[in-house]
Amino acid sequence: MYRYDEFDHTLVKERVTQFRGQVERRLAGDITEDQFKPLRLMNGVYLQLHAYMLRVAVPYGTLSGKQMHMLADIATKYDKGYGHFTTRQNIQYNWPALSDIPAILDDLASVEMHAIQTSGNCIRNVTSDQYAGAAAGEVDDPRIWSEIIRQWSTFHPEFTFLPRKFKFAVCGMNEDRAAIRFHDIGIEVVKGKDGAPAFDIYVGGGQGRTPMIGHLIGEAVPAVDLIAYLESIMRVYNMNGRRDNLYKARIKILVHALGAEEMKRQVEEEFVHVKEKGVVNLPEEEIARIRAYFAPPAYEALPDESSALNEAMADNKKFADWVKTNVAEHKADGYAIANISLKPVGGVAGDASDDQMHVMADLATQYSFDELRVTHEQNIVLAHVKKDDLFALWQGLEKAALGTPNLALITDHIVCPGLDYCALANARSIPISQEIAERFNDLDRQHNIGELKVKISGCINACGHHHVGHIGILGVDKKGTEFYQISLGGSADENASVGDILGPAFTEDEIADAIETIVETYIKIRQEGERFIETYRRVGKEPFKETLYATH
Amino acid sequence: MPLIKNGEFADDNWILVGDEDELPADTPVIVSAARWQAERETLLGRNAPLGVKLEAGEAPELIADDLDRFQLVAVNFPAFKDGRGFSYASLLRDRYGFDGEVRAVGEVLRDQWSLMVRCGFDAFDVADGTKIDAFKEALGEFSHVYQATGDGKKTVWQLRHGG
Ligand code: HEM
Ligand code: SF4
Repeated sequence: MYRYDEFDHTLVKERVTQFRGQVERRLAGDITEDQFKPLRLMNGVYLQLHAYMLRVAVPYGTLSGKQMHMLADIATKYDKGYGHFTTRQNIQYNWPALSDIPAILDDLASVEMHAIQTSGNCIRNVTSDQYAGAAAGEVDDPRIWSEIIRQWSTFHPEFTFLPRKFKFAVCGMNEDRAAIRFHDIGIEVVKGKDGAPAFDIYVGGGQGRTPMIGHLIGEAVPAVDLIAYLESIMRVYNMNGRRDNLYKARIKILVHALGAEEMKRQVEEEFVHVKEKGVVNLPEEEIARIRAYFAPPAYEALPDESSALNEAMADNKKFADWVKTNVAEHKADGYAIANISLKPVGGVAGDASDDQMHVMADLATQYSFDELRVTHEQNIVLAHVKKDDLFALWQGLEKAALGTPNLALITDHIVCPGLDYCALANARSIPISQEIAERFNDLDRQHNIGELKVKISGCINACGHHHVGHIGILGVDKKGTEFYQISLGGSADENASVGDILGPAFTEDEIADAIETIVETYIKIRQEGERFIETYRRVGKEPFKETLYATH
Repeated sequence: MPLIKNGEFADDNWILVGDEDELPADTPVIVSAARWQAERETLLGRNAPLGVKLEAGEAPELIADDLDRFQLVAVNFPAFKDGRGFSYASLLRDRYGFDGEVRAVGEVLRDQWSLMVRCGFDAFDVADGTKIDAFKEALGEFSHVYQATGDGKKTVWQLRHGG
């Protein structure tokens, strides 16, 4: 993975010093809370319902064992012994004291981490595919390009006071695990004419109150032009994005108002000028330098079949269940990708205790070249595990209650903090997730249902990705009571779609029954081997509406 | 309001005149883009330097053809969150090659100064009581930059490869 050199180190250290000064100026009353707000936000410090929250950047979700140990230590020392892994592949601490934050940043800097641009109206932490470098069929490792974008966007002088926050996602192949079509800019690495990596660039995707799917405006943009092209998009947005209405300030609204064709035309006109100046260049040597950090690890030459794995699966049904859901194909023979679910039934989606973080870090060191990834679905990935080691890995996970075998099943949700933490919430999200998970706790039943992505937000801001859930649940407030609206058929992958709202919302007491009715309807009407989303696409919402509202 | 120019306090002999105000004789004035367009001939006939002020929403394209008439372009920040002016300064310097004074006026925070300098601002209206040391400190907070702008600073990407 990427390692800082002296330049990166210096920058992050200077940033801590700068932020310490800003906190001091705030505590001394030299600046108002209103003036401090954009400064603290740019450093990941939010004010939540009960306390400040600190969001720490995990660039494109990749961490070393040492970094994960540090995240655990921070949870112990400055928080209540846990952290929350988020849809931005980051980690959040819910209870730090403002006066401790500079010290936390020092600790982070000592392991090449920071909280730069994890909030605020700037270019946020770049996200990527959690299977980067491990998935078969990848055109190129998307983390190379994510790291280049990270550096270019860090303290960008022109684009730090944008109309609104700005999110990038990058994936390295046409199978999209990074939801690139739901980002302000989504990038897919493709093969250029000369066979070298080039970039398909989508613009104007997003969720929030107006979900939109990004438009492809840059096709096979060559690597030398990547940064110039991105600068051009950013400049068009910075000058023309709306600033009069918070809810209309994202680039998706601009793209929608102009139309994708006109947006493309303006970007390309800008691009001609930017390129002409030639100041925005990305040296070949720099690409090569960064690429070297993401060279494949030293895989052993192994047969693809592992008899140790086969035997362990035959002997242990629990382990076999975990392998079936949580382990994915790896491009190298004899290796596999292991997913650690942070969704135990009864737990809080994405939360991990300090002890669990230490365990994951140790297991990564032992079995996966000392590297972990956070996924946007709020789980953890060990990307390069020998099949021969899977059983030992699983035993280690089981001991720390990390062996939940439910990846992409109906108990594996994305869940926003909701009314338990968030000042903007209409309704609680976490208890709803817990209730649904308990309802479907039976593992055989979960397997029978198959892949089904449930995503829950506590208000229309959609931090819990409900628009792109196969089943999406949105908390709404009706005269002071919490209600939940259901949508079906959303998807964040390469077949991107926004879910359709089914009908009137349900109360907290009704919601688990309603989900059960939807699932039973699916099981009745599905065809052989058809996943929920495929059935939905075939039959539409009517059959679900009928059974759902007939029983109420 | 004190003026900082090229990193030091400087005398400000420019007068910002409103659209309805009478033009003072023989004094450098800054007018709005609208006034410039309406009273072009009168303004050119004066015997003193001329500046124009761009509001947020008035991109430099508006005055691009006339830039050689101005010794100063002021860019207004109606709120520190409104970052359009960062792009305006970049365009003035990089695209249109303007080499007069580019002055930031309006609501600007200490923590924006260094970014603004990188975009091409060389002058700042600052609040009363601002200390020049604070300005220098703010500009010196970061030793290195990742992005190339018109300020010619070597980027990290260049420094890494001996460029
Ligand atoms: C303090 C609690 C939070 C507040 C006040 C908050 C606020 C918001 C707001 C206002 C939006 C809508 C933005 C727009 O449409 O322009 C939004 C969207 C979003 N937030 Fe949050 N959020 C919170 C927690 C989180 C958490 C914990 C995550 C996970 C890292 C998160 C991730 C997202 C995502 C993925 C979106 C939708 C994608 C998009 O930007 O279009 N938020 N949030
Ligand atoms: S979706 Fe709403 S309730 Fe949930 S975290 Fe975002 S702003 Fe808060």
